[in-house]
Amino acid sequence: MSRDASQPVTGVAGVPSRRHGHRAVAAVLAGPALVLIVLFLIGPLACVALLSLTDYQLGAATLNYVGGKNYAEMFSDRVFQKSLTNTLLYVAITVPGSVLLGLGAALLIEADRGLRTFYRAIYFLPVMATLIAMSIVWEFMLHPQFGIVNQLVKALGLSRIDWLQNQSVVLFTLCGIGIWQSLGFNMVLFMAGLTSIPKDLYEAAAVDGANSAIDRFRLVTWPMLGPVTLFVVVITAIRSFQVFDTVQVLTKGGPNKASEVLLYTMYSEGFEFFRSGYASAVTVVFLVFVLALSALKVFVLDKRVHYA
Amino acid sequence: MSGAATGPLTGSGARLRRGAVSLQSISKSFGAQNVLKQISLDIASGEFLTILGPSGCGKSTLLRIIAGLETQDWGTVSIDGQVVDHLRPAARIIAMVFQSYALYPHLSVLDNISMPLRLSRLNMLQRLPGARYLHPGTRRAEGEIKEAARAVAGILRIEELLARKPRQLSGGQKQRVALGRAMVREPRVFLMDEPLSNLDAELRVHMRAEIAQLHRRLATTFIYVTHDQAEAMTMSDRIVVMMEGTALQVAPPKEIYENPNDLSVARFVGSPAINVLPGTIESDGSIDVLGARLRLRTTLPAGARVDIAARPHVLSATAHTDAPTVTGRVVHVENLGADIFVHVGVEGAPAPVVMRHDPALALTPSLGDQLTMVLPPARVLVFDDRGRRVSASSDASVEQHAHV
Amino acid sequence: MTGNRLGPFARILRHVVLMTLAVVIVAPFVWMVLCSFKTQSEILSAEIRIIPHTWAAVENYTAALTRVPMLRFLLNGVIVTLVIFLLQVLVNLPAAYALAKLRFRGRSAFLGLVLLCLLIPVHATAIPTYIMFYKAGLLNTYASLILPFTISVFGIFLMRQFFMTVPDDLIDAARVDGMSEIGIVWRVMLPTAVPALVAFGIFSVVAHWNDYFWPLIVVADQALYTPPLGVAFFRLNDQGTSYGPLMAAATISIAPLVIAFLLAQRRFIEGITLTGMKA
Repeated sequence: MSRDASQPVTGVAGVPSRRHGHRAVAAVLAGPALVLIVLFLIGPLACVALLSLTDYQLGAATLNYVGGKNYAEMFSDRVFQKSLTNTLLYVAITVPGSVLLGLGAALLIEADRGLRTFYRAIYFLPVMATLIAMSIVWEFMLHPQFGIVNQLVKALGLSRIDWLQNQSVVLFTLCGIGIWQSLGFNMVLFMAGLTSIPKDLYEAAAVDGANSAIDRFRLVTWPMLGPVTLFVVVITAIRSFQVFDTVQVLTKGGPNKASEVLLYTMYSEGFEFFRSGYASAVTVVFLVFVLALSALKVFVLDKRVHYA
Repeated sequence: MSGAATGPLTGSGARLRRGAVSLQSISKSFGAQNVLKQISLDIASGEFLTILGPSGCGKSTLLRIIAGLETQDWGTVSIDGQVVDHLRPAARIIAMVFQSYALYPHLSVLDNISMPLRLSRLNMLQRLPGARYLHPGTRRAEGEIKEAARAVAGILRIEELLARKPRQLSGGQKQRVALGRAMVREPRVFLMDEPLSNLDAELRVHMRAEIAQLHRRLATTFIYVTHDQAEAMTMSDRIVVMMEGTALQVAPPKEIYENPNDLSVARFVGSPAINVLPGTIESDGSIDVLGARLRLRTTLPAGARVDIAARPHVLSATAHTDAPTVTGRVVHVENLGADIFVHVGVEGAPAPVVMRHDPALALTPSLGDQLTMVLPPARVLVFDDRGRRVSASSDASVEQHAHV
Repeated sequence: MTGNRLGPFARILRHVVLMTLAVVIVAPFVWMVLCSFKTQSEILSAEIRIIPHTWAAVENYTAALTRVPMLRFLLNGVIVTLVIFLLQVLVNLPAAYALAKLRFRGRSAFLGLVLLCLLIPVHATAIPTYIMFYKAGLLNTYASLILPFTISVFGIFLMRQFFMTVPDDLIDAARVDGMSEIGIVWRVMLPTAVPALVAFGIFSVVAHWNDYFWPLIVVADQALYTPPLGVAFFRLNDQGTSYGPLMAAATISIAPLVIAFLLAQRRFIEGITLTGMKA
């Protein structure tokens, strides 16, 4: 047996080095994912930023650098202004509506045992159902003449409302559908937050003399649920910024741009008029909002929300 | 499978001896931290060697290097004379039992035990589900594997558990399955990483005996890592005591206990812990310990500081004697039934001195008593100021002189 | 908050509030199904009638299935969602394992990249990806419907979190048993990850069965329509003339997921909750 053992292992001739851990294996296992990340996420993201500085139109032979021209055009464009304010308004209405109803539903359902599973299933149903199909059902129910909603409105002695064709109503109608669709999702997030509250906190509160449901809520539930609520608000906002399906199929942004939203503007400029450069600039604006919210979630909230 | 087992250790009998492990200057660091420092060790075929040490001493890393799960920075590992540094764990023909048992949760006990054989004997196509229906050779090989797994299960008395999933087993049963999975491939070396630490105390004692029996039955090399000195003392042929990445002593259990070569070893082994008292070499060469004079000869110069260590059972209480003594007040008495341990606060001692008291003796010291204890010079251990053992012989002439 | 802790009055109030909201929420579903049974004249009549007077279920569903190739759309939906999920597992599970359990240089950079990509909404990459498929001549193909979603950084992240909880001992034991790293991914990690994989699968299938934006952009050929495109197309084709068949088509397109949900409610809600909280 050789006593000359004071060599580093990697120095042994003909011995494959295993010193760098699992480098080759890792390349095989993670390589495809890395390639696809570059191809479908990082690459396109960089391209959007670059395209927004050009006059590229799909199918055109050339493209020119135009600097901030797209952005200048965009911010002076009435359609874009309308689109941006509509989107912000949509978010500002949908988020509180959906979060508060979701929270209320979660608290009420968890407050007692009766029909708990039934309610949870019903409230969650719209989250599962194809939004496009349900949008069409809503359109049918909101039909100005024979829609069930207007028939009920008329039965109550009120005058009919043209839910999807009236400029001053249409955005609120879309908000309503948005809330209807998303409150069940928020509800299950709140339920998860509720179940992660330690039971002995309620018992301790009871021992301390918190006897009414309101006391328990103020002393235990709300402080424990507060961070979850912030988290739910942010992800609902992110999802609301992405409103598209209902607009595309029900209103096409109309009437008179009253329901024009950012993603619909991006879609029509990019995929109907093929003005890729301009649509990229719209995308960048959309991205700024979503990334700001995501960053808020990742860097601030994820540290404070603890799910057991 | 036996081709590798040629070498100096091939036995005199008809049976091929294998499983001799040799470590040469194994070193390993994680970042700036040296986890293993130049460990060299020769483990004989069929030996039960325990690596004993506190957590974080590097003992598990050493085991994982032998297994091939970790790569050393320096040095070589050989099994049966063959350098295995470049071999993957499975190619080293070793088996490992993990602390958490590491059973595949989705597979039955039978499949867990069979897995090493399936992986070594069947190729990828043969392992596909349903291959046994298409290929008679696969069916035969699968049959043999199942047979081998059943045989192992028989030895471990877990035949009735073969269809169960790991989550349906108790801790002791999982332990047996983990042993079975290790045994089935007939490894040259069994590596065990704290295999009993997840069991409750009673079962641990029981499994200790079973593993020792298993070792005798298999006559294969066992390398066993633990921080539990009772496991090390009861099962091993030899113990390696490791501290901070260094193998301090390699010796049989009795030797480790009675003749530790380092103060750390002396302190780590034995319960209750050994008593350590400060001492100084006097000008006549004898040792002064808190006023007691031990007539021992050492090679240390006069004035050198030493540590004197004495196990609790070495001390005894006395009323009056010529032998060197230390005196103090009883601060605590622990009655364990078979033994009584008396803690005595001695002035100048860093901690109370613990003395074993035989319950058969009439007078049990009680709290607050003044107690004088004999330090028998022939049975105390002397360590220098760096913790190294110093050989000390009792000086007959001095002793004789004192008796006159 | 378990058990009956409310007084009798509060209990009734809870049901009144929850039931009222439940009626509003479930109304579109009920109305859709009921109207899919009604004749056109009954739908258009001024009086409110809940239960159909004359049943036209057979006619309406036959129309929904024959006027457009609805079964083809459903089949496309199944193909696209299943292939996306299978490829997602194939691509992302090994990457998640590498991130969770292997030591290699660049691991933390890769993890950082994954976390960064989690922030990118799908719509943001649509224009360049579309141009890429256009240049490659892949528009109007199954490939264009499937390929962009084969990478799921969310899937990588979720499975990595799960794999972190798998004990290292189990992987080392597999190595000692003689398994290769790729073998470990499929024979050890995959079976142990089934609960997380089910959650991710539900998330993925629900998202892509219901997706409208991307198919709308890349597919023009009717033969490649997925159910959402199919229903939208049906509506455009028959607007205002035949609500019964349209409601039947809507019912058909949501039926697979809704039935699956009602059968495995708990799994679906757990899956969506888990993925919702991590996404």
